[in-house]
Parts: sequence; C-alpha cells; structure tokens
Amino acid sequence: MPPILFNYRYWFLHALLILGLGLVGCSTSDPQSTFDASGPVARTQLDLFWLILWGALAIFVLVGGILVYSVIRFREKNQQELPVQTEGNRFLEFAWTLIPALMLIVLSVITVRTIFELDSPPSDNPLRVEVVAHQWWFEAIYPDYGVTTANDIVVPVGMDVDITLISPDVIHSFWVPKLAGKQDVVPNHPNKMWFRADKVGTFYGQCAEFCGIAHALMKFTVVVKDEKGFQDWMIGQQRGPVVATGQAAVGAQVFAAKGCLACHSTNGADSTTIRDSRDMLFRQGQAITHGPNLTHFASRNTFAGAIENITEENLTSWLVDPESFKPGNRMARLAPAFNDSSLALGDEDIAALVAYLMSLK
Amino acid sequence: MSTGVRYFSGASLNRPVGATGIMGWLTTIDHKRIGILYGASALIFFILGGFEAFLMRIQLSHAEAGVVSPEVYNQLFTMHGTTMIFMVVMPMTAAFFNFALPLMLGARDVAFPRLNAFSYWTFLFGAILMNISFLSGGAPSVGWFAYSPLTDALFSPTTGVDFWILGLQVLGVASLAAAFNFIVTIINLRAPGMTMMRMPVFVWMTLVSSFLIILAFPVITVAITLLLFDRQFGTQFYNTAAGADPLIWQHLFWAFGHPEVYILILPAMGIVSEVLPVFSKKPIFGYTSLVVAGIVIGLMAWVVWSHHMFTVGLGSAANSAFAVTTMFIAVPTGIKIFNWIATMWGGVVKLNTAMLFSIGFIALFIIGGLSGVMHAVVPSNTQQSDTYFIVAHLHYVLFGGSIMGLTSGFYYWWPKMTGRMMNEFLGKLHFWLSFIGMNVTFFPMHFLGLNGMPRRIYTYSEGQGWDLWNFVSTAGVFIIGLSVVVLAQNIWVTLKRGENAGNDPWDGRTLEWSIPSPPPEYNFAEIPTVTHRDAYWHEKYSEGHDGRPVRIEGIEKTETDKNAGEIHMPSPSYYPMILSLGITLLAGGLVSHLAVSFLGGFISIASIYLWALEPATAPSAHDDQGAH
Repeated sequence: MPPILFNYRYWFLHALLILGLGLVGCSTSDPQSTFDASGPVARTQLDLFWLILWGALAIFVLVGGILVYSVIRFREKNQQELPVQTEGNRFLEFAWTLIPALMLIVLSVITVRTIFELDSPPSDNPLRVEVVAHQWWFEAIYPDYGVTTANDIVVPVGMDVDITLISPDVIHSFWVPKLAGKQDVVPNHPNKMWFRADKVGTFYGQCAEFCGIAHALMKFTVVVKDEKGFQDWMIGQQRGPVVATGQAAVGAQVFAAKGCLACHSTNGADSTTIRDSRDMLFRQGQAITHGPNLTHFASRNTFAGAIENITEENLTSWLVDPESFKPGNRMARLAPAFNDSSLALGDEDIAALVAYLMSLK
Repeated sequence: MSTGVRYFSGASLNRPVGATGIMGWLTTIDHKRIGILYGASALIFFILGGFEAFLMRIQLSHAEAGVVSPEVYNQLFTMHGTTMIFMVVMPMTAAFFNFALPLMLGARDVAFPRLNAFSYWTFLFGAILMNISFLSGGAPSVGWFAYSPLTDALFSPTTGVDFWILGLQVLGVASLAAAFNFIVTIINLRAPGMTMMRMPVFVWMTLVSSFLIILAFPVITVAITLLLFDRQFGTQFYNTAAGADPLIWQHLFWAFGHPEVYILILPAMGIVSEVLPVFSKKPIFGYTSLVVAGIVIGLMAWVVWSHHMFTVGLGSAANSAFAVTTMFIAVPTGIKIFNWIATMWGGVVKLNTAMLFSIGFIALFIIGGLSGVMHAVVPSNTQQSDTYFIVAHLHYVLFGGSIMGLTSGFYYWWPKMTGRMMNEFLGKLHFWLSFIGMNVTFFPMHFLGLNGMPRRIYTYSEGQGWDLWNFVSTAGVFIIGLSVVVLAQNIWVTLKRGENAGNDPWDGRTLEWSIPSPPPEYNFAEIPTVTHRDAYWHEKYSEGHDGRPVRIEGIEKTETDKNAGEIHMPSPSYYPMILSLGITLLAGGLVSHLAVSFLGGFISIASIYLWALEPATAPSAHDDQGAH
C-alpha cells in the first residue's frame, strides 16, 4: 500500500477543505438555503447552528486528531516488545466523563433559553394566519380579513406573523427555511409558530414531512410585501368575485357544467361548513375534496402546489393531463372531467377554462 | 402418558439425527451453523436493501429524473429503511451473538438450541413475507416509521401497509425469542469462574441490547396490532375522523424506535471493544467504565424518544426536557470513544482489515455522534429535522457505525467460522473503498440538508442548488457498490483456497480462540475454568517484572477429542422451522386468504405440541453421533 494512504494528516486536511468548500457551496442565493436567514426566528436558529457547529468541529479536530495520532504513533513496528497491559486510569476516565458533562450543561442552558425565547411572537398584535395543509398544497386563511388564498401566502414586511397550522388529512410540515424552522401540521392537533420577514421578496417553502405520493411536489411561497403593497393586495382579495365576460364567460359555464364547483369555490372565501362537508365527503369515499379557492386565482403567482407559475401555457397542460403535470394529485383522481368520458374536457373547453381562470383577478 | 400425548408422539416425524447436506442445515440447532445462516441471510438482504438505495440515488442523481415513479420511489425508501434495520443489521448482530457468544462464554451451545433455530427461521420467513409485497399489489409506501394517519386505509388503500405490519410482527417474534435466549445463555451458561465482570465487553453489549429488545419490541407489537385492527377490523385507535391524535402513534413508535437505534449500535460497539484490544495487544482500557457506559446508554434509550418529535408540537417544556436528556447521551458515548482510543494508546497497533474497520467505526461514529448532539439543540434542529442533514447523520451512525463495526467483526471471526484466513489485500481494498465511498455518499448530504432539501422527496427541480451534491452522493454509491463486489470476491476466494487459520490466528484474548477453527459441534472438549478477564490471554501469558506479558511455554493445546464421544449435544429437529412456517402462514393469511391463516394456525399448534413432546436429545443420538 503506498504510504500516502496511511498519511492520515493528508486525508484530514483534505476533509476540512471539502467541508469548507461544501459550506461555501451552500450558496445563500439558493431558494431554500438555511444560511440566508431573513427574519429574527431563522437568524436566532442560524446563530445557534454556527455556535454548535464550531464547537462540534473543535471537538472533532481534537478527538479525531488524538485518534489519528495514536494510530500512527503506536503502529506496529518490526519485532516489537509486547506492551504493558494497562487496564485503565481513574483520573483520565473521571476527566473524560466530567468535562463533556460540563460542556453539555452550558449547551443545555443556551438551548433551553432559546427554545423559550422563540416560543411565541413578541408583538401583541401580530398578523394572524391559519395555514391549512392538504394533500398536496397549502391554503392560507386570514381570519381577521375573511380572506382565503392558496400556495402563495402574502404577509407584510417587518410584522410578526402568528401562524396556526391545521391539517384535515395526514401530517405535513410547514417550512420556509429563510424565515423559520419547520413546524409539523398534525390533524386534530393544531400547532402554532411565528416568523417575521425583514425584507420584501418571495421566500420558498416546502412540505417537510412525508405525506404521500406527491410529497415532493407540495411547495408554497411566502410573498413579503411592503405595508402599502400588503394593504392593496388585501383590498383586492376582499373584493367580490369578478364578473366573467367574452371567452371567460364561456369558461365560467364550462366550469359549472363539468362539476368543478363541487371542490373549487369562486364566490369568495369558503365557509367552515363548506370546507368541513367537503372533507367529510372525501372521507366517505365520494369524488369530492376541498380544492383551492379560485375567487382571485389570477392574483397569485403559482398553482398546483406552487410547482409552476400561473401562465396560460402551464394552465393548459395542467388541464390537458393533470396526472402527468403533478403525479398523484386528487383532481386527476376524483374530478369527473378526468374520469367520466361524457364530461371529458375538449380543446375548446380547456381554452375557455384557461381564459376564465386568467380572468379571476 | 395420556392418550393425546401418545397420539401426538405417534404422529411426530422421525428425528433428523445425523442429517447432512441441505437437510442438515434446515434442521440444525447448532448455534454456530445458525449464526452462519443468520449472517448469510443478512448479507443477501444487504444486497437487496443496497439495491433499493442504489435505485433511489440514481433517481436523485439529477433534477427531475424519471428512473422510477413517485409511488415506486416511496416504496423503495420505506423498504430500504425497514430492510436495513430489521433484515440486515439486526440479523447480522444475531449472527455474531449466535456464533461468537457461546464460544466467548465457554459454553457448548445457547440455553435453548431449538428456540434458537426457531428465531432464525422466523426471521427469514418474516423477511420474505414482507418482501412478497413487492410482487403482490405494491410494497408499503409510508416510510419505515409509518406515521398515522397516512397508514389509514383511506390514505393507504393497498395491502402494502398490511404486509409491513404482519412482516414486522413475525420479525418481532424472532427478535424476542432470540433476545430471551441470549439473556438466559449469558446469565446461566458462563464457564466456571467467569463472573459478570469477567465477561468480554461484546457479551455485555449483547446483554444490554437483548434487554432493550425484550422491552422495546412489545411496544411496537402493541402499536402495529392496533394499526392492524384499525385497517382490518374497523377499530378507531388511530382514526383521526373519530378524534384520534396522531401523536399517539408517534409516541408508541419512537418509544420503540429509539431503543431500537441502540439495539443496532450496541452490538457493533461490543465488537469494536473486542477487536481493538486484540490488535493493540492490550486489554480494553477502562473495562468497568465501558460496561457501565453501555448500561447507561441502554437506560437512557428510554428517556430520549421525543427527540424524534421536536417539530410535532409537544410544547417548549417537553422539547426542553428531551433536548437535555438527548445531549447527555453524549457523556456515556464519549466515555466509550475515549476508552477505545486509550486502548490503542501505548499498544502495538496492527492495522489489518478487522482493525481498520474498527478504527473507521470510531472515526465515523465521532462525526455521527457530534451531528447527533447538534440535533438536540432544538431551535437549530427545526431547520435540520426531516432534511438530508438527518439522512447524513443517521447513515454516519448506522453505516459508519453499525455496518463498519459489524464488518470488523466479520473479518475478525471469519477465520474461526471457516478455519480459513481472509485475503488481507482484498480486505484492505474493501475497507478503503467502503470508507471513502461512505464519505463521498453521505457527507454531501449534510450540505444538501442545510441547503433546504427535505427527506423522502422523489424529485426536485433545477435551480434549488441541489444538483452538484446529489450527483456527488450518487457517485459515492458506485464506490460502495464496488466495495461490496470486492467483499464478495474475498469471500469466494477465501472459501475456496484461504490460508489455514489454525486455532488462534490473532493471538486472541477470549476463549473462542482456544479451540479449533472451525470449532467442533460441542465447542469445548473440556469446559474451561476462568480466572481472569481476557481468559485465554491469561492462559497464554504471565506478567513479567516490568508489567509486560511473558509467554508461557508449552501452553498450545494439543488435546485430542478423546472425550468427545461422551459429550451429549441436543439433536436436530424439524419443528422449529415448521413452527416458523406456521406462524408466517398465520400472518400471511391476513393479506391473502383467511384459509391460509387457519392452516398456519393448525401447523403452529401441532408443531408446538410435537416440539414440546420431543426430548432434547434423541434416544438414538448417542450411537449415531458418537462414532467420529
């Protein structure tokens, strides 16, 4: 074996180099990088990460160094005497029990303090949002404004956002890495979390708990607007439904005729009654589920679990073959338009539906 | 004798005394042969689980790949985890418990030889039952943790979850039977003079691990029985529509699942504690603190389970409590690592393959252990939980830890099992390929996780910044694959024409090295009397003036098998395997046809009766086996 393979210092230095390159490689410009903390929650979490990372690296270098040294130093040489049969050393054994324990006491204090510090939003008057996680898309309800939206959660910059997490089906997890660590969305177990965005922009999130076939395609965004932008957006959402004209009006008729209304409301926020009855019908095996509210669909950026932007082209391919657009989604499985040949969508139907959806500002 | 008993005795099969060839293996109750069966089966499942991982890595090698469908991908990661835990690492530890432990204790077999054979066959049939799901309506696709309510019949309508439940039940029976057997063996069958504190560390870790099995498996048994009832008979234990809180399942699962993690790592720690002293020519450093640390890890296994649930919403108080208990697991673990390093310190360190794998174990376990402490820091954990950072961590402790440790044991005990030496060049090549491949595969996953990549996603889009490290990770799998080919080559070459090992190729310290390789069926012609820890070493060496050992001349055993004819070993039996088959059919009927269950039930009851009435040693065995 060539000597370089046994030169553990050589390997060790290279390992450190790769580690450094790797962390640099986690560019903060990547959409879900945890290194680009853009709010107080994510920043506190990141600060703690760096603290423990450097601590862990120091211990790794120290203990790994001793390991490598002892292997090299005490490697078998030719015709060596047998070593003294040392069985232990009380002092050393005591030391390497006590010192790590003391270090861990310090770490526990820091950890527990931070857990309670991040427990609830500091502001008395945060923006309240209920996030409902469905197989496989996120819905946002603004209970103080009577507004429901999906996939894109719009919040004002610099304001605490108090989130309540609800799931009507399986367990999901709500995670926007740049704003806050994740919190699971558990049926019958409403969870709370909060974040605050320090800057305007779009932040990317993704479901982080395995939730079935389309788990990988369950994304969402948090759109942070300045105060005026947020007010304007909210006023737009609170307006009544748009009245369709021209080809969009044809689309509205197709929408009604093909049974889309069973799952998608277009006449303002869904009431709890409608929402619950749809969920119940799904559980009973009916071809109905609670789908995204489409009243102001075209005011959003993304659709289908935020996997694509809203464009005419994307909407068309979604409506032509939803199963290949987003494998496993419930619409492809349940909607009569995709299962019942007598209700199948023709090319003209799809064009009209796209025109209608694009008109729902 | 009552009529019933006579009836059953009359119906029993002829005892397979003196069976050879395949039938000899099918009916064996020799702990060494059962150990080899466990090991060979675990290797085959290792290839299967590895192939599942290989397919997943190919799918993730670049953005939006279409190698497997989402449904198949979800089946693959579910079965990869389940396979590696229950069908690879656990049976591999059972292989060493079986083969080495009675030899290290100076015993002729385990306490219940037929129960031991039953454990093996039940494991094998249970593993096969679960894998049949691939061919019968799809494997489970809910993750190895099978979180409720995704396992509900509404969300998982295929039989995959039922196969998972029933396979796990059967595997659990195997693990429980084996664990009881080892506990009784360790407590009762030690050679004269082998006090508890003279037992090899591997035996201690087996004991702790077996206690964890008998305490943890009942929890998962209850959890999956309730789930089975929900799915098959419409009960409401986990039905969220009827108001169930899904966290009930999580508490039950992880109250089993975390001890299970230590069930997977403690035996590997035991192996490393045997290998390091032998190849450093020194006793293990700090025997007592090492043993106590192992026991403390076993106890703390029960107070840390909720660290798998830091993001489920248990509240800040519970999260704080479990953060602190989890951090303090690092203390006993640290003691072990320092003791291992101190064992090498001042020794004569021989870097052969077994030793390299043990040193590799320590190095990789330090990384996995440190990232484990990082996870205990709840606020930063919420960014790492359920991401590839966790996937990296768990593979550093399970691949870098368990698999490296078990492989070390494989090279260490292979000469004793087969009587032949492994090829050192191929062995070292195997080590370097798997060490490098392991790091190339799993280290980049730390970066992926911190860069926001969740676990268990079958695809990702371009522009996430995940392409490079996923590609590197996939490349690493090929290196690991190559290392397995080298291992297979080594096994093949060695079995055919390996160098003769002799009794004691490593200048070993424990009793198994005092007998021939492979050992005769009765292990010890004369049961040894133990006067020291490292019993065999003290037979070979006395302490010189300067504290260095001095070889005692003429100690090499020349004793013949002259008494062997008078040693009565238990006779082989058909019933362990038939009972395993009956139990597996009983379970399998629930996913095929109830008639199969009834048949399985009948076979089980009949074979239990016949087993109970069968004497441990066949009356004719003395004549048949005595003539060597």
